[in-house]
Amino acid sequence: MDLPTVLFFLHALIAVGSAVAMLTSRNAVHAALWLVVNFVTIALFFLTLAAPFIAMVQITVYAGAIMVLFLFVIMLLGAERLGGEERFAFQRPLALLLAGALLVEIVYLLLSPSARALAAMPALTQEGTPQAVGQLLFSRYLFPFELTSVLLLVAMIGVLVLTKD
Amino acid sequence: MVPVPYYIILSAILFTLGAVGFLVRRNAILIFMSVELMLNAANLAFIAFARYFNRLEGQVLVFFVLTVAAAEVAIGLALIVVIFRTKHSIDVDQVSTLSG
Repeated sequence: MDLPTVLFFLHALIAVGSAVAMLTSRNAVHAALWLVVNFVTIALFFLTLAAPFIAMVQITVYAGAIMVLFLFVIMLLGAERLGGEERFAFQRPLALLLAGALLVEIVYLLLSPSARALAAMPALTQEGTPQAVGQLLFSRYLFPFELTSVLLLVAMIGVLVLTKD
Repeated sequence: MVPVPYYIILSAILFTLGAVGFLVRRNAILIFMSVELMLNAANLAFIAFARYFNRLEGQVLVFFVLTVAAAEVAIGLALIVVIFRTKHSIDVDQVSTLSG
């Protein structure tokens, strides 16, 4: 195995491990911090996939803004301790069974003959630099880009209306 | 270079873990975090295919997913705060009545 593959498996181990730790932790703050670890490893994957701009946005928006919002709400509510009582005993095994079926389905689709042609990575011709992504955003995707600003405005007004006493 | 299917299988594993968290956990904040995990797994698949096909459209789509996730988290956490005010709990099993 060459160095990029070794690094990939190392990062993949951290990503899956932090996701499992998030799911099994008994404390909401710990879960949020494990999710930050997961986001940062995914940003590193973005860097290796020639998407430096999206990687930095991932760290600032996800690991920065969104997780701070999560931690803020957890501490505001004082809901760090997670109750573990189960209402339906069959729910956990059933969820694990269905998730296993989902994973098998996705992997089976990937190993189908049409997907097997994806094996070799082609040479890089277009890197996702801020300039390249920005040019695409402000030319062909200008209308969706403007729509996202409306979406954020709606979210902001919605939050104000919901939390108003 | 690492082949694309490796990234896609990792993305599938992360998505499945997010789905398990969504189904198993009863805490509303943990459920939201699981949704974020699933969105991130989808983003990873988008970026991997964008790299494979040498197209930037996948990265632009991830940008939009990030925006939607930010809006979704803001609204969702506001809802959680409102539910906590009326129920004094964020256990989703407690939220079983239509009027508070």
